[in-house]
Amino acid sequence: MYRIAVMGDKDSVLGFKALGLEVYPVDDAQQARSRLHALAKENCAILYLTEQLAQQLQPEIARYKDALTPAIILIPGKEGSLGIGMANVKTAVERAVGADIL
Amino acid sequence: MPSKTINPTRMELTRLKGQLRTAQRGHKLLKDKRDELMKQFMDVVRENRALRRRVEEEIMRAHASFTVAAALMSPDMLEQALMCPKQSVELEMSFQNVMSVNVPQYQFKTQGGGQGEIYPYGFAQTSGELDDAVDAMARVFQDLLKLAEIEKTSQLLAEEIEKTRRRVNALEYVKIPEMQESIKYISMKLDENERANTIRLMKVKDIILKEALEEKREASEKALQAFAEENSSAQV
Repeated sequence: MYRIAVMGDKDSVLGFKALGLEVYPVDDAQQARSRLHALAKENCAILYLTEQLAQQLQPEIARYKDALTPAIILIPGKEGSLGIGMANVKTAVERAVGADIL
Repeated sequence: MPSKTINPTRMELTRLKGQLRTAQRGHKLLKDKRDELMKQFMDVVRENRALRRRVEEEIMRAHASFTVAAALMSPDMLEQALMCPKQSVELEMSFQNVMSVNVPQYQFKTQGGGQGEIYPYGFAQTSGELDDAVDAMARVFQDLLKLAEIEKTSQLLAEEIEKTRRRVNALEYVKIPEMQESIKYISMKLDENERANTIRLMKVKDIILKEALEEKREASEKALQAFAEENSSAQV
């Protein structure tokens, strides 16, 4: 039994609660960081993270990138998409192919 | 010249030849693996892009409805309405092996909340926009899970491709040429030794021949002298 968590500022993540996901509203990066590590230890398979928060948590996200769990998936927060999610896809291509060919 | 000092012996040569064969086979296999991984990765990453674009749009739409709902309702009421979700999600994870990379596959079961039953609140005290927002969230949910699966897969594949590519390149441009160089060096050294040996033998043969000839000449000279002495004594 694995868990799905959503983390971000309160207004952005409240809607996910209706879906039955575990919602963790966090206010600052420090709180998010400890929450992230705790979730990673506690059998969390998917973690949706708002891009606004992801901006401040780059090293932590990089750490879990090559691990099987958790899958950290960026979603746009309330303020709109910052394009980090798309940029990550691009980075993956660059990493694999050596150049962005898409 | 090989970079490190190697013993130019026949045993070393055999060992290096065996190593080279293994390296070449490994190189071919790794290259095939890289090509296949790349093919799979391109498919996954294309899907990833399309899916992400769609999911982001949907989520933005849901956020927009949510903002309106939040504006129409008091924050407390909003939170209260969403506090006890009707639906709960159970996630199971299995692994699929793609060219020796374990990629996750998610199966999920939702409990409670059948079709149109996801609203965890009564309609009396909430605004219609909240319904829209929850609706939009529910619609995007399937895609959201799919996105998680695909995005993780693409990340893991990218990592594996990077690793494999490095190995292929290391073998192709460093290890194999180095070994070929060493083999060439050893075989040339061995040939050189062989030639030196032949020359030495020829020299030795020459010396022995010369000595034998000398001996013979001396012997015949002695015999000649003896013969001459005998003749002269007979005359007397």
